[in-house]
Amino acid sequence: MRAIIIYIICALGFAAPIRAEELNVSKLIFEHLGDSYEWHIAKGLAIPLPCILIGEEGVDVFMSDKLEHGATYKGYHIAEEGDYEGKIVNAAGERPFDISITKNVLELFIVCILLCSVVLGLARWYKKNGFKKAPGGFVGMMEAVINFIDKDVAKESIGHGYEKFSPYLMTVFLFILTSNLLGLIPIFPGGANLTGNIAVTLTCAVSAFIAINCFAPKGYYKSIFWPDVPIFLKAPIPILPTIEFIGVFTKPFSLTVRLFANIMAGHIIILALTSVVFVTAKMGAGMCASMTAVSVLFCIFMNCLELLVAFIQAYVFTILTANFIGLAHDE
Amino acid sequence: MNPLIPDPGLLFWMVLSFGVVFFLLAKFGFPVITKAINERKEFIEMSLLSAKEANERLASIQAEGEKLLADAKAKQKDIIADAMQEKQRIVQAAQEEAQTSADQMIEEARQSIQAEKERALQDVRKEVASLALDIAEKVIGERMKDDATQRKTIEQLIDKL
Repeated sequence: MRAIIIYIICALGFAAPIRAEELNVSKLIFEHLGDSYEWHIAKGLAIPLPCILIGEEGVDVFMSDKLEHGATYKGYHIAEEGDYEGKIVNAAGERPFDISITKNVLELFIVCILLCSVVLGLARWYKKNGFKKAPGGFVGMMEAVINFIDKDVAKESIGHGYEKFSPYLMTVFLFILTSNLLGLIPIFPGGANLTGNIAVTLTCAVSAFIAINCFAPKGYYKSIFWPDVPIFLKAPIPILPTIEFIGVFTKPFSLTVRLFANIMAGHIIILALTSVVFVTAKMGAGMCASMTAVSVLFCIFMNCLELLVAFIQAYVFTILTANFIGLAHDE
Repeated sequence: MNPLIPDPGLLFWMVLSFGVVFFLLAKFGFPVITKAINERKEFIEMSLLSAKEANERLASIQAEGEKLLADAKAKQKDIIADAMQEKQRIVQAAQEEAQTSADQMIEEARQSIQAEKERALQDVRKEVASLALDIAEKVIGERMKDDATQRKTIEQLIDKL
């Protein structure tokens, strides 16, 4: 994602003295954080992606390059302004049901295919070699990760009956980790802002909500709606039950926002630091050179930090989900 | 665009693909792996346990062997001590026997020497008596009237000698 931006801005940057004032940094950053109908690689080079639109007249499927530069195709065009800026709208300015394979969706597919092939490949290795052969290399590393989630996260937090939940926790951990790491790679297979998109984190959190609440024993619901407290706290006005009931939803909500905000913030900071190079371009050669050095150094530092954050956020999401499940099963 | 509003299209694909991935991995992926890991863990634990048992058995066998060796050494010592005692007893007995038989032989020899000596003395005496008689006969030149009386006299003389 950064490389894409760098390439775009480099092209601009060659003409920096003339065009630097046209650079709108916040627009640039928000364009990256959002989604797009094509996968931009460099100026003039973008992978067109299929658009799938379900409108009143039926389903339309076409490649996104038909809509380039504000063109209209089958009555659809990309809105330039308004609530649906950057989205496909019909002639009346309304949104069809848009299930296009956008950049984020393609990234999602890449993550899913990667995850499935790695884990199913591992499973095949274990089927072939049985348990008497110790794995090495990549298999050994993945085993350490899976075993860590199984024993140190799921078993530790949930306790009895953890086996039912550990596949979910492993899936969610590896999914978030893979998405985070791919998001840090600036060139094609990575670079989308997947875990920094609220739709993705929301889905993860809803799945956590289901895992926490739909398999909980009766005692869990009793502790929410009729907790073990003095009667005046729950009888005429249900003070504590209300708080507890809100808590049921705030837990997954906090998971959603935490992951989304952390990853998005990381992307914003790195993009902003990169933009410093081009913002200072019009301030003269000396200023630009020194600020470029500062920007590159900070970018390296931030990327290292983001690498750490990628692991931490995946771990935090998983261990908090495991803890919430454990609390629900505590009774 | 507002980053806080989830995009329905992405939401749709996310739910679909996350569901499919979760189903696939939870059905065919992770259980196989965790099962293999747990089996290996059990296998390692079992191996460690049996190794420990084998070690303990080895140690007990070693101790037993050492005990046997010590017993054998003690027994050997006893036997040697017994043998030494026996030897001394036998030697002593043999010495005693030899002593007594030697004493007996000496005694016998002394007795026979004594007897021999006495017999020789008697012989000598007889010879001397008859010699003396012969000499006396020749000296005197006549035959003594009473041989027996003369002989008695001579014997008395010899005794006085």
